[in-house]
Amino acid sequence: MTGNPALRRLGLLTPALATIALLIGLPLILLIWISLLQKGGSSGVDWNAAPSLGNYIRLAWEEDFDGTMILNTSYLVILLRSVLQAALTTGLSLLFGLPVALWMAGLSRGQRDLMLLLITIPFWTNLLVRNYAWLIILREDGWLAQAVGSVSPIGPIPLLYNDLAVAIGLTYSFLPFMILPLYTVFEKFDWRLLEAAHDLGASRSRALRRVLIPIAMPGIAAGSLLVFIPCLGAFVTPALLGGGKTLMLGNIIQMQFGASRNWPFGAALAVVLLALMLIVMVAMAIWRNRRVR
Amino acid sequence: MTDSSAVSIRSVSKGFGRGTAAVRVLENVSVEIGQREFFTLLGPSGCGKTTLLRLIAGFETADQGSISIDGQDVTQAPPFRRPVNTVFQNYALFPHMTVEQNVGFALVEQQMPADRIRARVGEALEMVRMQSFARRRPAELSGGQQQRVALARALAPRPRVLLLDEPLSALDLKLRKEMQIELKLLQAEAGITFLFVTHDQEEALTLSDRVAVMQGGRILQMGPPRDIYEAPTHRFVADFIGDINLIEAEALPDNAVRLPGGTQMSLPHKARGRITLAIRPERARILAPEAGQLQAQVIHTAYLGTALVHKLALADGGTFLLRQSDLDGPQPAIGSQVGLGLPAEALRVLAQ
Ligand SMILES: Nc1ncnc2c1ncn2[C@@H]1O[C@H](COP(=O)(O)OP(=O)(O)OP(=O)(O)O)[C@@H](O)[C@H]1O
Ligand SMILES: [Mg+2]
Repeated sequence: MTGNPALRRLGLLTPALATIALLIGLPLILLIWISLLQKGGSSGVDWNAAPSLGNYIRLAWEEDFDGTMILNTSYLVILLRSVLQAALTTGLSLLFGLPVALWMAGLSRGQRDLMLLLITIPFWTNLLVRNYAWLIILREDGWLAQAVGSVSPIGPIPLLYNDLAVAIGLTYSFLPFMILPLYTVFEKFDWRLLEAAHDLGASRSRALRRVLIPIAMPGIAAGSLLVFIPCLGAFVTPALLGGGKTLMLGNIIQMQFGASRNWPFGAALAVVLLALMLIVMVAMAIWRNRRVR
Repeated sequence: MTDSSAVSIRSVSKGFGRGTAAVRVLENVSVEIGQREFFTLLGPSGCGKTTLLRLIAGFETADQGSISIDGQDVTQAPPFRRPVNTVFQNYALFPHMTVEQNVGFALVEQQMPADRIRARVGEALEMVRMQSFARRRPAELSGGQQQRVALARALAPRPRVLLLDEPLSALDLKLRKEMQIELKLLQAEAGITFLFVTHDQEEALTLSDRVAVMQGGRILQMGPPRDIYEAPTHRFVADFIGDINLIEAEALPDNAVRLPGGTQMSLPHKARGRITLAIRPERARILAPEAGQLQAQVIHTAYLGTALVHKLALADGGTFLLRQSDLDGPQPAIGSQVGLGLPAEALRVLAQ
C-alpha cells in the first residue's frame, strides 16, 4: 500500500474512468469529429476532408444558385416539432402517471410489487412489436378506431399516421419512466402531512396543490426528464405510427446514416440533439438548486 | 349558543380492522367539554387518546355515536370544515415550507391579505418564542423547536377548539415547565378551549380544569384534578396517578371493615364483600407500636428534600409507602416496629 491517498484513490477510480472514456468519451469525440467532415466514399464519410462547420450551417441555410445563403426552415421546423411532440408526451405521461403512482403508493406491499412487475413487463417485449400492436389498434378497422367512429358525431376520426398517433405511441412507451420516479416519492411521502393540511382548512385539491405536488416535485422533474429526453430522439414510433409523414429529429438522423449515406450531416444533427438535451438538463439542475437555495 | 358545550361527544365507539383482526379502540365514550375549558385526556400508551382526538378533528369516522362542536353536529363533516386545529403528536410540519409559511398555512387558506398574515404569523411565533427562526425549514430545527412551531401553526387561525396531542413530550424538563405555564396563560388569554392529551399525570394535574382518565378505550373517571387525585374511584386511576397504598379488606355490616391483621374500623362509605381500600402516602401517620390500624416494620427511608418517604413492610407481607412532611418530627429507625394510623376520611373504596 502506498502512503499517498490521492494516488490510491486515482488507482481505484481507474477502471471506472477508463470505461467512461472508452464507451462514452471516445464515441462522442468521434461523433463530433465526423460532424465536421464531408459526405463521401462508400462508408458515407470522406475521412480526408478538411474539417468545417458546413454541416451545421446546412441545418438552417442553403446555398442558392448564385451562391447566396438563404434561410431553409425545413430542419428547424422538424426540430421544433420534435420538441413540441416530446413536451406533449411528457405532459400526457404526467397526466396519466400521477394518478397511477398515487394509487400504487396506497396499495399493500404485495400488491405494489405486483404492480411494479406489471409496469415493467412491456420492457421485456421489443419496442417494434409494441408499436406494431398500436398500429393494429389504431388503424381504420382496429377496435379503437371503430369504437371512436361509432360514438363520434362527425363520423370516423383518423387515429393512425398523424401527430396524435405518435403522441399515443410515445406516451405508451415512456409512461413507466414517469410512473417509477413518481412512485418512489409517493412511497416515502408522509400522508399525515395531508391530514395536517386538511386540519388547517385546506380542501382535498388545495392540499394536493400546496403540499403533495411541491413535495413530489423532484420526482415530477426526474420523470419529466426521463420521458422528455428519449422522446426527443425517438424514431421507431414516429416512423411506424406517424407513417413517415410526421418526422421527428430521430427519423432524420436515421435517414442520414441509412438511406442518404450522409454520416457527417447525421452526426451534426445528433450533436444538435445532444446539445438540446444538455440544455434541458442544465436548466433543470439550475432550477432545482434555486429551489433548495 | 353560549351555553352549549365546546365539544360534545355522545356514546362514541370506534374499532379498526374486520373479522378476527378487529380491535375495539373506543368503547361508548361520552364527554362534554365546556367553553374555554382546559380539558385533559390522561392514560397509558395505546388507550385510545389519539384516536379520540382524530375523531374530533375528523380524520376518522365514529362507528357509533355523534360529535358536535359549538353545538353543531360535525359527525360527518370533513376535517377542513371543522373549527378545530390540531397539534400533532409527530408535529407534521410541512418540510418544503419555512417556519413562517407553515404558521401562515391556514391563513392563506382563509384568503387573508398578505400584510395581516404577516402580522398574525409574527404574533404566533412570538407566543412560542420562535421569531428568530422564521426563515428556517423544519429540518433545521430541534425536536422541541418543531413542536413549538406546530403549536404556533395551530394557534394562528384562532380555532374555537385546539386539540393538543402530547405537545410538550419532546421538550426538556425546564422548557416543558415554562411551556406549560405559557400554554395555560395562552389558553386563558385567547379564550380557546383546549383538549389536551398526555400520559404525564403531573402535567395533567397542574394544567387542567378537568381530567379524564382513560384505559383500554374507556373513560374510567372524569373530574377536577383534585377529585381525581384525592378520590379515585378505580384501582387503575389510583395507581396511575401518583403513589398510593392499596389494602385488601373485608366489608362488614354498618359501614365497618376488617383490615388485614384483624383490626376493625368504620368507614364513611358503604361497601360490601371483599374490597380494596386506597390511601395516599401523605395521609397515613406513624404511631407507636401496637397503636393505629396496621402494624409494620420500617425497611427504608428516602430523603426527598421536602419530605421523607418511608417504605414499610406490613405484617401480612405487603409494602406500604408513607410520606412524612414534618422533617423535624420524630423519625422511626430502620428495622423498628411501628403502628400506622389510617384516618377514616382519607380512605377510599375502589372499584376493580
Ligand atoms: N389505523 C389503525 N388501525 C388499527 N389499529 C389502530 C389504528 N390506530 C390506532 N390503532 C390502535 O388503537 C389503539 C389506540 O391507539 P391510540 O393511537 O389512540 O393510542 P394513544 O392513547 O394515543 O397512545 P400513545 O400514548 O402511545 O400515543 C392502539 O392499540 C393502536 O394499536
Ligand atoms: Mg397518541
